[in-house]
Amino acid sequence: MTEQTSTSTASLRAGADPDEAYLVVDDLTVTFPTEDGPLTAVSDLSYSVELGKTLGIVGESGSGKSVSSMAVLGLHDTKSAKISGSIRIGGTEVVGLSEARMRKLRGNQVAMIFQDALAALHPFYKIGGQLAEAYLVHHPNASKRDARRKAVEMLDRVGIPQPDRRVDDFPHQFSGGMRQRAMIAMGLINDPSLLIADEPTTALDVTVQAQILDLLQDLQREFNSAVIIITHDLGVIAEMADDVLVMYAGRCVEYGPGKEILTHPEMPYTWGLLSSVPDVTADTNARLIPIPGNPPSLLSPPSGCQFHPRCLHRDKVPGDLCRTELPALLPGSRGAGHVKRCHLANPDEVYRAEVLPEIAPELVEEN
Amino acid sequence: MFAYVVKRLLAGVVVLAVVSAAIFILFWYGPQSPARPICDRETNNRCSPVRLERYERSLGYQNPVYEEYGKFVKGVFVGRTITIYPTDYKCPAPCLGYSYRTKVPVWDEMKVRLPATLSVAFGGAALYLLFGVPIGVAAARRRGSLSDKALVSSFLVLSSVPYYLFALLTWLYLTLIFEIPLFSQTGYFKITDNPAKWFAGMLLAWVALGIYGCTQYTRYSRGAMVEALSEDYIRTAKAKGLPPRTVVYKHALRAALVPIVTIFGIDVGTLLAGTIFTERIFEIQGIGFWSLEAVVARDLPVVAATALFGATMLIAANIIVDVVYSILDPRVRLS
Repeated sequence: MTEQTSTSTASLRAGADPDEAYLVVDDLTVTFPTEDGPLTAVSDLSYSVELGKTLGIVGESGSGKSVSSMAVLGLHDTKSAKISGSIRIGGTEVVGLSEARMRKLRGNQVAMIFQDALAALHPFYKIGGQLAEAYLVHHPNASKRDARRKAVEMLDRVGIPQPDRRVDDFPHQFSGGMRQRAMIAMGLINDPSLLIADEPTTALDVTVQAQILDLLQDLQREFNSAVIIITHDLGVIAEMADDVLVMYAGRCVEYGPGKEILTHPEMPYTWGLLSSVPDVTADTNARLIPIPGNPPSLLSPPSGCQFHPRCLHRDKVPGDLCRTELPALLPGSRGAGHVKRCHLANPDEVYRAEVLPEIAPELVEEN
Repeated sequence: MFAYVVKRLLAGVVVLAVVSAAIFILFWYGPQSPARPICDRETNNRCSPVRLERYERSLGYQNPVYEEYGKFVKGVFVGRTITIYPTDYKCPAPCLGYSYRTKVPVWDEMKVRLPATLSVAFGGAALYLLFGVPIGVAAARRRGSLSDKALVSSFLVLSSVPYYLFALLTWLYLTLIFEIPLFSQTGYFKITDNPAKWFAGMLLAWVALGIYGCTQYTRYSRGAMVEALSEDYIRTAKAKGLPPRTVVYKHALRAALVPIVTIFGIDVGTLLAGTIFTERIFEIQGIGFWSLEAVVARDLPVVAATALFGATMLIAANIIVDVVYSILDPRVRLS
């Protein structure tokens, strides 16, 4: 890094709160102009992740999970996406940061691993070459041999057998699990402080999923990095996340500590997600309870609470409130750390009386 | 891969045998006696049945067809003697027959004509890539912009014009109307004699072929690049922090190159097989021009030889494309 950029980073850092979390997202809104009008994929999203902690972002397809994380990496084309709000990485504001400066962060302080590693790795280049490329771009003074050694070291670290030989394989010669390991190795090769994993286990079979999640946890402990894990799988959330952010139609609808959200959810959409998780210990005849309806169109989102057309509990709210007014993101009955966006006055009671008996009757009996 | 190439070459030889037999049989059982053209020519169109029979007998057209085809094949490998009444001609291997028109071995004439066709084909093909690919890449990067739309639509108009018309207009405008001296002398001149003259003689043909062909390559490369740029691995490359040049050229173009090279290989084969319009319009004495003359003059050995030559070029191009494909895409294993 040149002297000039290091001083400018320092000056930016000087203004930042030293106690601030590593990643702070504030009022992030991402809008894409389309032929049918502006499409707001993410609105007023705020969250933070500290070093060593994991944030899980859950939601259906199109809920804005990936769009918001791509914004953190500055991967949206500035010509076709309008981004407002604030994203601070290690005290550096990245919204509006020049492309050249952003590139220095990307893959270096912030790395991303994608789902479906077969598509996300270049089919025509060797695994080792792709890893070395990621290393070299942020270590311009390193030699090719250093980069290769580093690639072998990382492949070894993520548990690829015979890494010094497999480094010369092409992605199609790897198994699905190994490809995802290689992808993780590539993400971590520059020792990033923030790792964003976008559905890292979606394309893998269940046993491999568990291995990959274990690996991510090990690596997080080793590197003490902040991790965002994007998923629609609440099982992954339960295993990995310290904090959970539930997204619906581009908005945060519930946010708090992972254990809190999973045991005392206060938003009907989160209840729906919990109800639709298959339970391996359950009776094979037990029904999964789907969330009725389809994800909303982001071009013309429903008025008021965007979940109201699919909500089974909206008649418990007096008047037309759900249809007319967007509920604010406010602390629920369990303290300031757990916020939700819902008009229900007593969500905890409703959950225990109506939802829990349906999805986990054994828990109700224990109570 | 070696075994694969050998297999493909053997298959190619079989195809050539079939093609040559088909051409041979076509002429043999054609609407008139295959000796008729030469009889007409030698007798100033006073070819009586007696005279015709004399030519038929000397050329072997009264023997069974398989016997004569056997002689033809043998001649390709070891040479033969061809009798065109009343003279015997020695035709050394590889013997593709004697031209009825010039009484020169077809192979000798082909060797003379080949450099002109090679010059036209490789020069034009080089321009396909040299202009087509960079313009296509640039358009793909600015996809949807005004310049992209203008380029794509104007190239679509250009490639809707028939090639012979385009080449003719190019010649008409550049040499006759604007009288650009650089283009004044078209034709093939030996590169070994005078490289500058060779270049000037070829230039107009290259320009016509290159401009016309590069419109198609622009569209191919634009399409392939647009597809490549939307792949997941491009997002990965960006997420690594690679500069845009590396993302576009090392990652996207590398992937887009595979379909482009495939089409290019076949196109080069087609050009080598004979650029009839180009050679005719720009008066280049290559294989294409030669085959056209032969058809007009009913010079059967030459027509057969040029057809066989074209088939050989196309078969070779296909084999080369397959090999190059397996080199470019490591997922493809030839077996």
